[in-house]
Amino acid sequence: MNKKKFGLRVAAVCFLFIAIWLLQRLLMPKYVSAIVEGSLIEEYYREETSHDVIFVGDCEVYENISPIALWDNYGITSFIRGGAQQLIWQSYYLLEETFKYEKPEVAVFNILAMQYDEPQSEAYNRLNLDGMRMSKEKIKSINASMMEDEHLAEYLFPLLRYHSRWNELSWEDFKYIFNKDKISHNGYYMRVDIQPVKTIPKPKKLPSYEFGEKAWEYLNRMVELCKENDVQLVLIKAPSIYPHWYDEWDAQIKEYSEEHDLLYINLLQKADEVGIDYNTDTYNGGLHLNISGAEKVAVYLGNILKETYGLKDHRDEPELSSVWQEKSRFYNEMREKQLRELEEYGYLKSLGVEKRED
Amino acid sequence: MLFASYNFIVFISVLFIIYYIIPKKYQWVLLLLASYLFYFFAGPSYLIYIAATTISTYIAGRMIGNIAQSQARYLSEHKKELTRGEKRVYRDRQKSKMWRWLLACLLFNFGILAVVKYSNFVIANINHISKAVGGTGGFSFWNIALPMGISFYTFQTMGYIIDVYRGKYSPEKNIFKLALFVSFFPQLVQGPISRFDDLSQTLFKEHPFEYRNISFGLQRIVWGYFKKVVIADRIMVAVNTLIKDPETYQGAFALVGMLFYAFQLYADFTGGIDITIGIAEVLGIKVKENFDRPYFSKSIAEYWRRWHITMGTWFRDYLFYPLSTSKGMMKIYKFTRQHFNPYLGKRIPVYISTIIVWFTTGLWHGSSWNFIVWGLMNCFVIVISQELEPLYSWFHSKVRIGNTIGFRVFQVIRTVLLLSAIRMFDCYRDVPTTFRMFGSMFTVFNYRELFNGSMLNLGLSMADYGVLLLGLVILLTVSLVQRKGSVRAQLASRPHLIRYAIYYALLIAILIFGAYGVGYDSSQFIYNQF
Repeated sequence: MNKKKFGLRVAAVCFLFIAIWLLQRLLMPKYVSAIVEGSLIEEYYREETSHDVIFVGDCEVYENISPIALWDNYGITSFIRGGAQQLIWQSYYLLEETFKYEKPEVAVFNILAMQYDEPQSEAYNRLNLDGMRMSKEKIKSINASMMEDEHLAEYLFPLLRYHSRWNELSWEDFKYIFNKDKISHNGYYMRVDIQPVKTIPKPKKLPSYEFGEKAWEYLNRMVELCKENDVQLVLIKAPSIYPHWYDEWDAQIKEYSEEHDLLYINLLQKADEVGIDYNTDTYNGGLHLNISGAEKVAVYLGNILKETYGLKDHRDEPELSSVWQEKSRFYNEMREKQLRELEEYGYLKSLGVEKRED
Repeated sequence: MLFASYNFIVFISVLFIIYYIIPKKYQWVLLLLASYLFYFFAGPSYLIYIAATTISTYIAGRMIGNIAQSQARYLSEHKKELTRGEKRVYRDRQKSKMWRWLLACLLFNFGILAVVKYSNFVIANINHISKAVGGTGGFSFWNIALPMGISFYTFQTMGYIIDVYRGKYSPEKNIFKLALFVSFFPQLVQGPISRFDDLSQTLFKEHPFEYRNISFGLQRIVWGYFKKVVIADRIMVAVNTLIKDPETYQGAFALVGMLFYAFQLYADFTGGIDITIGIAEVLGIKVKENFDRPYFSKSIAEYWRRWHITMGTWFRDYLFYPLSTSKGMMKIYKFTRQHFNPYLGKRIPVYISTIIVWFTTGLWHGSSWNFIVWGLMNCFVIVISQELEPLYSWFHSKVRIGNTIGFRVFQVIRTVLLLSAIRMFDCYRDVPTTFRMFGSMFTVFNYRELFNGSMLNLGLSMADYGVLLLGLVILLTVSLVQRKGSVRAQLASRPHLIRYAIYYALLIAILIFGAYGVGYDSSQFIYNQF
């Protein structure tokens, strides 16, 4: 084969790979104007500075704690690596991956995920896993999370999963093919709207109140991982009223935290102390807090973290200060924008939220 | 491991790499290991069946070969001492020994096939008859799994042993090479049914890395996947909706189902064979073609010479010819010559052989009356066509339209419609339902419903129909181009830009428009079940 022919073939192969990569970028969901939770995990990689605190867990972390309030009140830098229905093994591998990039002082895990011992849904898996950068942690997390009809190949080459979106592409898919706007505030999903708690769903009777083996295994591994990396692990239960947090579950976590000398904060029990008003601080009837509630939780939690672990106030560090000022500006801008939207439409149109009929 | 699965693609990719890295003399050994590994993934217990077939055929083949050798040696050593009559007696004795080995091998292997594939069908029929005559019909069904590709590898292996018995070639001395012939994985699941003298020419040879083989093989694989995942698996959704609810989908929808199934089966089966031949080609192995643009046939008889060719020739060479020339058939021939007019006397034995062959062909396809009736319907149409041949000739002598394009197109469409109608027996749950659905096409006049949006309730969107239409147009175009010879060879002579644009478009079409992954049910090839 002469050099020209060889060169042509190499170019042809490169072209094919580029074309496939572009198609993959185009067809992957962008999670910009709807199901924005899908964007949370990947936003961590845009961070230029390290963090004192890393949060992991499900929606109870990324909707209920404001890292900007932690900064504004205590100068604590933090990031929420939370995801919708994030399973404990996903939290574990996210922590493992995070520790490759930085060694925070504290890792906070919301223990509601202990309720799941098996993979739950492909859609939630995707929201938690697609955003991770390719790494051995990601592959391990995929393997631990896959449902029966899922395949590793579809995570490694998302085109294989999302190819059927070809007939539902929108302008957004083209617009954000390479770059997306940030939608979170260090992993916090902001909501300014209010929907007070009216009724609380009756807790279901469970066949067993014992957490599963796999859940315990990953909690043990998380404890070990934090020890190895000299990171303090804190367990929290966010002040979401439901899904119901059973007393039996609470007792198990309490016992475990005492055994392993961990700090466990049940914020649901301390809702009054935190200052949560379920008439004004939640945007969906107690399931998640709105910005007001998230800021109250941040203030309460920040104080404990500062007192317990002596976290440093970074507000007088010019470099960090300028980074976080920019974050605060974006935070306030979005708050204003959402408030304006609420005023104009009565609901948050830009987040793909449906208008309430109440 | 399904052909249309990620695991299989990884499997063959790794195999291709190792195949060309290892010393060439071990290539066939690697293929044997790969074939058994492939079969292991289908079900570890199935290995027992394929090993039993291999070992029994090997032993029978070697014994037949030894008898043939000793016969040749004995006759050569005693050439002068033996009279012609003594030689004949000796030959007959040896032939009888060989026949016993052949018979034992055939009974053993067809016996396995019969037990695993047909026992529940037999039990169901016994129960049915028992109930009809007032019995309980209480024989319970056997919980026995059908090993993957058993019909294919049994027929292929029995073809080998019959050829050895006929002295067409010597038996394979190396059991592992025979094992590879039996289990060669690309053709294990749905054929083609290869002949030993064809396949062994390249199967056990050393194959250097040849760009053309790799390139052409990969193109064929991609084309096969296009047919399978873009067309067959997409149209399958509508076909399943239509045939699983015959009460709702009658009349026009039965017609749509019939045509859709014809397209699905074509894309599915020919796509699978393209993948098989393509894989073999990448490995440097030549596997016989199984199709010759069958939907361009002008009669059902021609269609069966162009569709699943290796199965057709198997039945011809190992069943029809031996049956037609058997002593029993000769007796029937004598009888009919004596009792009927000369024409019928000659034709009746042919009819009997033809009916037996088509009955068996139907049974081979599946253990149900649907397939048996399907086979007999094919037989009926072929026999009627043969018998009406003088009438056709008379018609064409009067009306000279035989060579016009219009008439040829008419013949092609007529054949496709006819074979599609017969294929309805593949689809519906039983024979009466099939007849009822066929009848509904002429009695239920709901053809307007095809245009009122009902077609969008079959599981396919407008976009899906668009993709299907485009896919079928591509399929037709390729078939038309094939008339001038190999499409790949014709493509290879085109400028790089055009060539690569076509390759890439096809590959990307599979990736984007393929009905695979989450949200789609991964479908086996239809012929896997046979």
